[in-house]
Order: sequence, then C-alpha cells, then structure tokens
Amino acid sequence: MSELPKHAHAVIIGAGIVGNSVACHLAKLGWKDLVLIEKGPLPNTGGSTGHASNFIFPVDHSKEMTQVTLDSLKQFKDLGVFRESGGIELARSEERMQELRRRMASSKAWGIDSSLISPNEVKKLFPWVDPDVILGGFYTPSAGVVDSLRAGTLMREKAIELDALKVFTNTEITDIAVKQGRVSGISTTRGEISTEIVVICCGVWSPRIARMAGASISLSPVVHQMIDVGPIAEFEDCTEEIEYPVLRDMDKFMYERQVGRNLEIGSYAHRPIIVRPDDIPSIEASKLSPTEMPFTKDDFDPQLEDAMELLPEMLDKDEVEIQYSINGLLSLTPDGEPIIGETAEVKGLWSCAAIWIKEAPGFGRMIAEWMTDGISEIDNHGVDISRLYEYARTENFVESRAEEAFNKTYGIVHPNEQWGMSRGLRVSPFYAREKDLNAEFYETAGWERPYWYNSNQKLLEEFSDRMPDRTQEWDARWWSPIIKAEHLAMRERAAMFDLTAFAVFDIKGPGALDYVQKMAVNQMDVRVGRSVYTPLLNDRANIKTDLTIMRLGDDFFRVVTGGSDGSRDKKWFSDHLPDDHSASLADMTSAVCTIGLWGPRSREIIQSLTKTDMSHEGFPFGSVQEIVLDRIRVHALRISYVGDLGWEIHIPMEYGQFVWDLLWEAGQPLGLIPSGIGVYGTTGRLEKGYRLYGAELDADHNPLEAGLARPKVKSQNFIGKEAYLEAREKEPDAIMCTLTVEDHKSASGELRFMLGGEPIVTLSDGKRIVDRHGRSSYVTSAGEGPSLGKYILMAYLPPEYVNNDNALAVEYFSELFPVRVAVAGGGSLFDPDNERMLK
Amino acid sequence: MILGIIEHDGVQLDPYGLQMLTFARDLSARLNTSLEAVLIGKSAESSGEQIKNFGISKVHLIQHERLEHYAPEAWAESVIQLLADKKADLAVAAGTERGNELMAHIAAKLDLPLASNCSEISHGDGLEITRLRWGGSLLEETSLRDNVKLLTLALNIVEAQESSANPVDFEAFTPTLEDKDFRVQLSGREENTAEGVTLKTASLVVGGGRGVGSAEGFKVLEELAECLGGVVGGSRVATNNGWRPHTQQVGLTGNRISPKLYIACGISGAIQHLVGCKAAKNILVINVDREAPFFSKADYGVLGDLHEVVPALISEIKKVQ
Amino acid sequence: MNILVCVKRVPDPGTKIELTADSRAVDTSKLGFTISPHEECAVEEAVQMIEEHGGEGTVLTLGLPESDAQLRDALAVGMERGILIETDGSDWDPGQTAKAIAAAIEEDQTRHGPFDLLMFGNESADSGGFQVGIRVANALDLPCITGVKSMEMEDGQLVCKREYGDGWEVYKIPLPAVVTVKEGLNLPRHPSLRGTMKAKKKKIEFVQPEKVSAQLVMNRLRHPAETSKEVEILGEGAAAAPKVIELLRKLEVL
Repeated sequence: MSELPKHAHAVIIGAGIVGNSVACHLAKLGWKDLVLIEKGPLPNTGGSTGHASNFIFPVDHSKEMTQVTLDSLKQFKDLGVFRESGGIELARSEERMQELRRRMASSKAWGIDSSLISPNEVKKLFPWVDPDVILGGFYTPSAGVVDSLRAGTLMREKAIELDALKVFTNTEITDIAVKQGRVSGISTTRGEISTEIVVICCGVWSPRIARMAGASISLSPVVHQMIDVGPIAEFEDCTEEIEYPVLRDMDKFMYERQVGRNLEIGSYAHRPIIVRPDDIPSIEASKLSPTEMPFTKDDFDPQLEDAMELLPEMLDKDEVEIQYSINGLLSLTPDGEPIIGETAEVKGLWSCAAIWIKEAPGFGRMIAEWMTDGISEIDNHGVDISRLYEYARTENFVESRAEEAFNKTYGIVHPNEQWGMSRGLRVSPFYAREKDLNAEFYETAGWERPYWYNSNQKLLEEFSDRMPDRTQEWDARWWSPIIKAEHLAMRERAAMFDLTAFAVFDIKGPGALDYVQKMAVNQMDVRVGRSVYTPLLNDRANIKTDLTIMRLGDDFFRVVTGGSDGSRDKKWFSDHLPDDHSASLADMTSAVCTIGLWGPRSREIIQSLTKTDMSHEGFPFGSVQEIVLDRIRVHALRISYVGDLGWEIHIPMEYGQFVWDLLWEAGQPLGLIPSGIGVYGTTGRLEKGYRLYGAELDADHNPLEAGLARPKVKSQNFIGKEAYLEAREKEPDAIMCTLTVEDHKSASGELRFMLGGEPIVTLSDGKRIVDRHGRSSYVTSAGEGPSLGKYILMAYLPPEYVNNDNALAVEYFSELFPVRVAVAGGGSLFDPDNERMLK
Repeated sequence: MILGIIEHDGVQLDPYGLQMLTFARDLSARLNTSLEAVLIGKSAESSGEQIKNFGISKVHLIQHERLEHYAPEAWAESVIQLLADKKADLAVAAGTERGNELMAHIAAKLDLPLASNCSEISHGDGLEITRLRWGGSLLEETSLRDNVKLLTLALNIVEAQESSANPVDFEAFTPTLEDKDFRVQLSGREENTAEGVTLKTASLVVGGGRGVGSAEGFKVLEELAECLGGVVGGSRVATNNGWRPHTQQVGLTGNRISPKLYIACGISGAIQHLVGCKAAKNILVINVDREAPFFSKADYGVLGDLHEVVPALISEIKKVQ
Repeated sequence: MNILVCVKRVPDPGTKIELTADSRAVDTSKLGFTISPHEECAVEEAVQMIEEHGGEGTVLTLGLPESDAQLRDALAVGMERGILIETDGSDWDPGQTAKAIAAAIEEDQTRHGPFDLLMFGNESADSGGFQVGIRVANALDLPCITGVKSMEMEDGQLVCKREYGDGWEVYKIPLPAVVTVKEGLNLPRHPSLRGTMKAKKKKIEFVQPEKVSAQLVMNRLRHPAETSKEVEILGEGAAAAPKVIELLRKLEVL
C-alpha cells in the first residue's frame, strides 16, 4: 500500500455512497490532489450504505428534496446501477388515503408521473397483496432500486481515472488539526496529511469526527429494523434482483421489497432506538458490521404480524424463514433534513451527512458545486449546516429530536406540525405574560413564540362574519380562527407582537459601510437613522436572504433578520467580513428583545409613553430613533411587515417585560390586543404580498422574478451585482404573483383551504404549469386575507399565465379550485398605496 | 503424583497424548512430584514402547476383559479406582474428544471440578490455571484447590518433546467394573470412504470462504489442492451456504487444522475460523481486500481476486511440475 | 418421543471479543446473543426427530431472564415448551449448572412425565467446559454419548456417530439417554415468520434454582498474547504467481 501524501488539496473522510459521490463530483469540477480516507474496507466499509435497502421513491413534499432525488436518480441511471421497478405507497386508513392524495399534488407540483390506484390494481402489480386490508395505493412507476455499493465504486473509480483521487482504506482519522479557526490537517493511524479542506462524509460517525476539530454535526444514529425472509416460492423464477414494485405499507411504517428470491421487510414503526456515535462497535468487535447491530426482535414482532396480514399468501407459511435480521443504523437530524455545508465553527471543515441513498449523488454534486463556487444549482438553505443554532448542536437536543423524528419517517406530517421534544429552550422576557394570556406557542429557532392567544377567543364573536372558517380537520390543524380575529382587531385598533426571535447583528468599524454595501443589493449609504429593507444575493444573483439593516451611526449598522434565517445569515455575514478587520460583527440576538406595535391606534399608544415626536413628520416611515418609553431607552423603527402603522421596538433584554407592561397598560383603553405570529407571518404579510425567505424567496429565483427589484441599481459593487445587472436586461421568466381562491367548495360541499406546496395548474385540464427553466408553479404561501375576505395564495407564474384570467386553478387533495391572479409582481392586494402605513 | 492418561490405537500413542506428557513432565518437575502414565485397554503395552523416550519411568496399564472397545464410563471408573489406589493428586489427559469426555465423567462421578483445555499451570495456593475459552480467543484464569485435581490440556499448546530414554516399568491395574459401566460402548467404526489425507492431518490445506461465491467456485480450489497434494476446507460461511459439506469446515465448530501451509482464499478471517487454523505453520492469504483481518494473522499474502490468482497459480505450478 | 434440549445463551461477537473493565466478563453491551452453535443443531435435530417420531420438544436454559429470547428462538423453530432456570447472570461453573439443570429436569418430569432424550451441545461457544451434559447424565444416572454428529433411531435404539481420527465411531444406546451434539449434525433452519408468531404464545416456565457453591471459580479473563504477524505481501493478482511458487518451494510443499 502506498504512503499517505504529505499534502492534499482536500481530504474526504468516509467512502460510503456520500464520500464517493463527493470525490467524484469534486474531480469532475476540476479538483486535484484529493484524498479519500476510509476506516473500513472497500467496497463495503461497514457504514450504513452497506445495508441500505437501496430503493428510491422520487416524490417528496419538499421541492428541494425532490430535486436532489431526481438528480440522484439520473446519476444512478447514468452509472447503470438503477433498475426501475415502480413503487407503491399503500394506505390502510382513510387518513392515509388523504395523505396519498396530498402526495399526488406534490408529484404534480414537481413533475413526477404518479397515480392513485385501487386495491385491485395494487394486486395486479404485486399479486400477493391482500386487497382487503388496503384502501388504495400511490403508484410511482419511476421508482426503483439501485446498487449503492457499485455506484460508490464507480464514482470513486471515476475520480481516480481523472487523476484526482488517492484512496486509503483501513485508515482511521485520529485528529483534525485547526489553526486560527481553519482546518490545517488531519492525523490518521497511518500518518498525517496537511490540508485546508476536510469533508466529513462519515454517516453515523460524523459527530465523532467533527468533534475532533471542535465542530459539531447534529445527527444521531438511530436504529431502523430490517429482516430478510425467504425463500419466497413466488419469486422462484425471478432472475433479477427486483422484478416487482417496492411496497411501502405507510400506515404500518414498513416497507417490503423483493431481493432476488427473498423479501426484505423494513420498519420505522418500533420505538426509537438511539445509539450514540461512541457506542457503535468497532469493525473488529462487530458480528456483521458496525452499523448492522444485533436485532432486538421483540421490537419487530408487531411488524411480522402486519407483514403477514398484508401478504398472507406469500408469508404465512412454514417454509418462509427469517434469514437475516438487523438493527440497521441510519442518521437522523433534529429537523429531519441532511447536514450539508461548511461548519460554522471551523473554516474548511465541511459536512455531508445524514443522507439517504436516494439523495446521495445529488448531495455529492451539491456540496462539490458549493465548495467550488460557493453556490449550488439546487437551493441549499434547508440543508445548510449553518441553519443550526448553538443549542441544536448539543447531544441531548439532537437525540431528543431524532427520537421524535424517527416515527415521522413514514408518518403523516402536517406542514405546520410542531415538535414536541426539547421545547422552551429560548423564551422572551414577555414569556410569563404570554403564558398568562394563554398563548399557543410555536417554535422558531428554539424560541417559543405565540402563534395566537387563546385569550383573544372573545374577539371571535366580534369578527366572525368576515370570512368562512376552516371546517376540514386537516386544513384547521395547527391553526385557529382566532388568528383572523387578531388580524382584524389589529386593522381596526392595535396589536402587539413578540418578535424577540429576530436575530440581530451589529456591524461596526471604519469599514462597516463598505462592508454592508458589498453585502446588500440596495443602497446602504443612507443617513444615520434610516433603515433599508434589502435582499442579499449570491454570485449568481439568486436570493441568499432578505432582511432589514438600520444605520445607527456613521460606522454602525444593525442587521435584523428572521429567526429561521439568523444562524445561516450570520455565517454568510461572517464569511464576508473584511480581511483587514475594518468591520466587525457582534451577535446581539441575546441582548435585544423586540415588540412589534401595529394598527391605527399604535401611534396614540406609543406617544402616550414618550416625549419624542412620534408623528408622521417627526418620525417618518423607515426611520429609526432612540427614544425613551417612560424611563426605558429603546430603539423604535418605523416599519411594518403587516401593512399597518406602527413600530418595531427594540429593547435591551432585561427591560423587556417592563416595556411590555407599559405598552399593555397604555394600550388597554385603546383596545390593544396581543397578537401572534399567525398574523405577523401569514395573514398580515399575505394581504400585503410581502415575501418570506424560504417560501417566496429562494435560490431558484432572482430579485426581479421575486418582484424585489428597485428601479435603479446602486453604483457601488455588491455580491451578485454582475449577474443581477445581466438578469435585469431580460424579461423575467417567472413572476411572483398574489392569487386569490375564487371558490373553496370541494365536491363534497365542504370548503377547503390550502396550506402551501400545492401545484398551480390550468383550470381546464389540470395541467402542471412550468416556466422556460422547468420551474413549476406551486403555492409558496397560503392563508387568509381577513380584511379582504379572501384566501390568498402566492406563487411564481410564467408571464403568459399572469394575465390569463380565469384560466388557473390550485390542485388540493386531488381536486381543482379556481384561482385568480390578484397582483402580479410587487404590490399589495390590501391597501395597495400603503396609505395605512404612510400617514 | 500426576497421572497422565494417554490415548492410543493399539499401535501408536496419540500425538496429543505425547504433547500432554511433555507438558506434564515439566509440571511434575515444577510441583516436585512424579509423573506416571496411564494406558487403557487391550494392546496398550505395544503402544507403550514410545513412552520410554518421554522421561517416564512408570506406566499403568489398565486392563480388563471388557475394555477392548472404548467405553467412557468404564474408562472413567477405571481411572477413578487407579487414582484412589495410587493416591494420585492430579490426573490430566489431552483435550481431545475422548480426553475431555473421560475427564468429565471422572469429575462428575467424584463431584470434583474439571479444568478443561488448560494452557498454563502454575503453582500457587493450589494450582493456578489458565484455560481456553472461546476456542482460545480468550483465556480464563482459575484455580484448582481440591485434593484431586482434574484437568485436560489444550491441544497444540506445546510440541511433543522426547527426553532422556528411561527404562519403563509397566504395571498392570485391573479395575472392578460393572455392567452399568458399559452401557455406552463403542459398537463399531466406519472409515471415511474418501481416500487419502484428511483435513486434520493434511500438510497442505486450501480453504475457501465467502469470496469463493458458490459451490462451483470451489472447483479451482480443488484443482489447486490436487496439484499440491492437499485437501480443501471451507469457512463457516462456505459450509452454512451449502457450498461445502460441514465435514470440511475449518473453525471453532469444525476442524482444527495444523498443516505446513494453509492457503486461505476469499476468507476474511472471522474469529471462529482463525481458531480452526491457528496451528497452521504457515498461512498464505489470498484476498481482494487488503483490510481483511486475516492479513494480520497471515505470514504471506496475495492481493487479488482468488478467481484470478488461483488459476494463474495452477498454471504456473503445472509448468514447473 | 419427548425430547429436552438444553441451550446456552452466548454472545455473538465479531473478530475481537471485548472485555469488561474488571476483566471478569465479556463486554456484551454492543453484542447480540445467540444459542451456542452446537445447541442450535441440537434443537434442529430434536425438531426433526419429533417431526418423524412424534412427541414434544422442550427447551431449557440457565441464565438471566432475558435468556428467554433464546428459548423463543427454539420455540419458533418447533419446540413446544420452555424452561428458564433463572440466575443473576454471574458465571456458573459446570458443576453448579449441571446440578441446577438436573434438579429442574427431575422436577419437571414429575409433572410432565419423563423425557426420552436429553440433548446438549458438546461444549458451549463461550466457556467451552465440555462437561455439563456429562454431569447431568451422571446426576440422572443416564447413559451419555458426546460429540455426536449423526443420530437416528433404529429398532428402539439410538444410533449415534461421532468423528474419530479419520473415520466415525458408532454407538448404540437405549433411551432414555443424554446426547451432546456438535455442529454439522444438520443445517439448522431459521425461524419462519409464522413460527416466530406462534412462539410468542408458547409457555416458558421460570424456575428459581438452588445455587450450590462453585468448584471452579473464574478469577479473570484475558486476551492471549497478540499473535499479529507482519504479513509479507507476495504481489497482486495473477502476477503474484511466480512468487507463490517460490514460497511453495521454500516450504517444500511443491
């Protein structure tokens, strides 16, 4: 075996499907001097790839995940390791049938051919299913099975063939050296390599490897049970590994797939079994492999019964033996998403982990592009490791959420579903007051935020006639009609919101202005006391984030961004700080709490507490001033995300409750109510057509398409400017539109309300709408516009559809509901001239 | 006094018995006691000739008209009577099938402990014993303190070594045996129909494991074994998959082999297999995976697919033969 | 034909067996457990004999309560009844084990009638004492044949074969008897789904044994001296053949 090189451009740790894919894509992008280090042997390293069941169902509710899966599918096909078998997701319950209908919408939205089939049609495709135990199936003909070990080998060989890669097996990483926050090298059982880039592709071992560098990869190894049964007489004549569709018995959290003359049965139904990375046995101490842990058969007993019930003819006989059974390890993360990207703690240390076989080549490509250009073709914000805050990098947090995530693997997960474990980590100073007001708390970035206040129940009577209620359980789940009432009370009187989840960064120093100019699209050289709402772009002029920056001094800017984006945005800002240290960033999130005060009576309320002139002239829109409320000095920013007159009040954390009480008392005579994020994030925002990052704004679209472009482009340079100028020369290929649902009545007569993610289709024939780049039209946000009495959807549409009234519909649970384009591009459905805010 | 019980076939002493004598000789010197040998059954005396080269001065010949064929309980009863008669304080046999069986019966009948498959013995309060567990993958330290100590010696712990030749005094002992002692007695023997050497005695063994892939895959291994006058063995994977009969399994639950050269093809080197071949003088591993644990237990290695290496080897051998 | 098979729950390790910190036990925290391989064959043989001759199979073990998993494995492939002699998991020496088993058998026979055949593994995979079956046979005053790799009923006698030298020894004994068997006797079946489900409903009796004092106390466990060798790689692929020839000549096997 050859010697380790002294130096490598990049070291990839782990030769499972992910590491091989990363090596291959980096090589294809021209990287040289790559080293792949593997603790185990090849081709099966003993990691999770070796025991994966290797099937691919392309449809996911998430757009990005589907894109990555489709990319992977294509790569697997190109490698010649994919066999199309079709796949059927089965429903045993009516609730699951509903979920399958919802999956139909997702398959339509992402352009995958699927169909709902009857029990007898299922039986035709897989003749041993007992049709009496199922209600139907969701059939995807393009599903299939890959040889993941072979795929890994081929990808690795490709990188070697490109003269880019050296591979070292039986070599264990013992340390990762870090100098001044940057990777400087690795130590192994076979020697050291100096390198500035390390990619951790170690699956379930990733947290352990990351820890060597002082970084964290928030995943937890979790057991997934799997057995192999046979011989199956019915498969006796099969010559291929798979000739029948893969079955997913969704209601039982199980799958069954043919493997040659055997049947593999896997389960996600058992109790969550967490294994700490340090407790995974070594290769030598493992009976099978480290990730094929001893089977705990009691956990699987109910699944045997379920499998026999589904396939009685095939399985309920003495000859069919359980020939192999394992507690297979896989990686789960706190939010169920993979962990991709450069770690926040250490520069040059990348993670590519918590990935299923079906996504691996796609994420390999994504991270290779990201490492090469800083950008990937497919939007990565949802998988970006830097989305995870400090608290989400602790073992207890990760384990608790992984445990909860486990049973969601095959579960029916509502788009607004809240996590149950590890709650109450971050609370604002108003928390006690909010609890007293019987707030319904939702979590964002660890913060507990009132989504609505049950104390506002009494408002329902006053405002109940403005809009129909959601009567269907699914539509009404994780939602309350109180949200509409809070909204209307705000529009008529005033409401206060807890916005403490905002992330706040102070940028200071002689280079601060140049620095924020570079970061932001919009002109930052404004006078002190002004605020600027601006998108931030990447080099391809796709939207990286959008946020508000206040100029608080000549050399002092304060950035305020959403809690969901704060951790990612912080890394983006930090990564671009000037090398000469002329500007610095301080994270003030934990020092500042925020109350939003909006509604026609907000001025009256705030004015009663301060001597500062709060009039329109004295405190114009977009300005920020330090004011004293009673005896507390705060920053007030005249801005609104809900379309009404008012202020964001930024308060030093410890005075928060005092200021809350001030406002509360001052507001009571004027009808001030507490209002939740349901109004702030959905109803108020949608009436104004304001974009939300991660929904309307993503890396698939540029600011022109999003309707965020200003008439002029500033003369100063900024990230993505070149591409942005180029984009401005062209007509946008898609336009962000505000739509209204024209008829909510379903076939059953019940009114239905969309929740987001649904495809926008042609009304006449339900056809999917796709723009020139293959981007489909789907609902990015949905919710009531109570002031308008309309239900609002937002979606990108190709220009030709924008003015084609009465031609569009939204598909929801396999039914079409007509929609109308109410606003194309920027602009508001409610108060289009912003009179309420600008007075 | 130590009594060392040796098996024999009427012509020759069991080679493991000679290992045991070598070990017991050293032990008796350390314990400052005498070592006397025990041979059971007919024609024992003719086998006994060999003993004189092992530094033994006295051999007890247990003789009884019904002891023509092996009968474990009768043997046990005989040794028990001899132990009592000679006031021996230690009895040891080789850890063969019969040796362990015999000593277990003795232990059961006397309600004494038996330390089977010992590898080291030292003198302490009683006897401090090291014995094999897990086929030798682990060692257990234990002690024997009873007045009569019973043990068997693990195989291949020492090599049989002759010592100064002594005149041997053969002393007959006739036990009193009952019908019941013969309720289990060897009633016949069947020779293996296969001619020639067996796995246990072969000086060259070609082994195949998971990497062979199929029953057909073993053809090249058979051919190689034939070229070199050796025999074929298989790992537990090979026999459990039905590629080879279980009689050809090398391992903890199969055969222990001790050839001059063991050529292991496509075998990763699981613990239970290593136990079966650790007595091989030389091991050559042919495996496509450089990281197979077997490489760290082998003397020689060839990296590569056995289906490529072995045919090349055969044609090379044929060239020079 | 009523058959009792005694099985031992043993860890199922990889190529390296880890010890606990006090070196008094195998560290099983990351290991699965199985029926010792010889005894798996005993269970299979019992099931086959019962399939042929009728009767009922009982499986017995001595160990921690969780050893019921191994009893269930045996029940899943066709045994009918389980007996678990409960211990605290500490090391029981062969004499203690045999006495407890013999007592449990005697007690069980008073309620369920006699067993025709008692089967054991020749030796356990872990402690490898080679004596529990023989001790039980002596305690119950039954004939015993060990190391059996072939057995069948012939004219009311049990004909057993075991390997010896290059051939086989044949023994014939009347029943009841004790037989200890070795792997290779048969190829044990895996449990079926159906059998596994059925096994859940079969009865396991828990027995509290009387523990006599130990005769052979394990003081500690250790690994043998590392025998890792520096392997000499002769070459790669077919190109290595000439080097191998050299080696064969050197070792005088060619």
